Amino acid sequence: MADDSLWTIFINASLVNNFVLAYFLGICPFLGVSSKLETASRMGGAVTFVMLVSSICAFGIQALLVAIDAPYLKLIAFIAVIASTVQLVEMFIKKVSPALFRSLGIFLPLITTNCAILGLALFQTNKGYSFVQCIVYALGAGAGFTLALVLMAGLREKLELAEVPDVTKGTAMALMIAGLLSVTFMGFGGLGG
Amino acid sequence: MASSKSSTDEFIKGLWKENPVFVQVLGMCPVLAVSNTAMNALAMGLATAFVLVMSNIVVSSLRTFIPKQVRIATYILIIATFVTVVDYVIQAVSLELYKALGAFISLIVVNCLILGRAEAFASKNTVARSTMDGLGMGIGFAFALFCLGAVREILGNGSLFGVALFHDSFQKWVVMILPSGGFFTLAAWLLLFNWLKQRKAKKEATATLALRKEVA
Repeated sequence: MADDSLWTIFINASLVNNFVLAYFLGICPFLGVSSKLETASRMGGAVTFVMLVSSICAFGIQALLVAIDAPYLKLIAFIAVIASTVQLVEMFIKKVSPALFRSLGIFLPLITTNCAILGLALFQTNKGYSFVQCIVYALGAGAGFTLALVLMAGLREKLELAEVPDVTKGTAMALMIAGLLSVTFMGFGGLGG
Repeated sequence: MASSKSSTDEFIKGLWKENPVFVQVLGMCPVLAVSNTAMNALAMGLATAFVLVMSNIVVSSLRTFIPKQVRIATYILIIATFVTVVDYVIQAVSLELYKALGAFISLIVVNCLILGRAEAFASKNTVARSTMDGLGMGIGFAFALFCLGAVREILGNGSLFGVALFHDSFQKWVVMILPSGGFFTLAAWLLLFNWLKQRKAKKEATATLALRKEVA
């Protein structure tokens, strides 16, 4: 796996094995923030950024843990780094764009418990990617997450105008749409490998 | 409100009325990802239940010592410790299961359900009550995962726990094993729960209406 070309890694992470629709990572924000198109794309941006930073950190940590021979600390170290990265991003966004900060609301701190980010760190370690490969992998995963979120938000905006039976309102409907999207994304199987 | 309930109530509420998956819709990622067979789903459910109970016990026994400002970080460290334990135990007991569950064992750390219970319940209640809460929620979670996994395995593979249920001519619904099947099955369960809830609400409404008429 480790000698995959960069393009393959990108396509693989963003389309073929989309983090949301194929690995089910980051479902909570996917269902929670996907009711408005604008919020969805901003959330996607924030997640991509955190992914990139934590991927770089995870690469460093892994090298360090291998050097001091303490692999059992991996999980604890990863989650601590991700939590502090999110805190940093939160402070940064609050300073730069208070409007964006308000619209993301509770979901910004919740990026910490977004499995997509920890999943990314774990997967890249398991696959033994090099530094450059890690960065491409993180960008691909972020792009895939944003794509899924934006697609979902677009569908849900349209759906608000449609009349659906009472029982299907809310999460059940969102899950069915996600299922259909997931079927669609299976069409990318075979691309890139 | 919470203090007037007995610890049995704390246990039972997680099983049905506040079921973490079907009612609260928490911890979706592992629910969808590893529920492709009943065995995987059950193993994942039990692993999560163990972490939930242990972290609830530790968090509630330390609740007076943990400073408010760093509580979330502390909870996550406590949870991560137990998840590492579970990860190594599963690897030692069954390598096959470990491979099937893959990275999702480690991802128990970021299961919103566990952090949610630590923050919402264990940080405010006694050790005994938190244990019962963790047990109830954990078993409710495992039960929900099993419901999902069983449906997906029966329809998608024609078997339950690896034992074939149908004649060879059974046409497998391959889509149920695939990721999209997870979304569809969970949506179907949620529909069922919504329908039950609505029917109950309607019944109560008509009952009160009838009572009012009688009084009048």
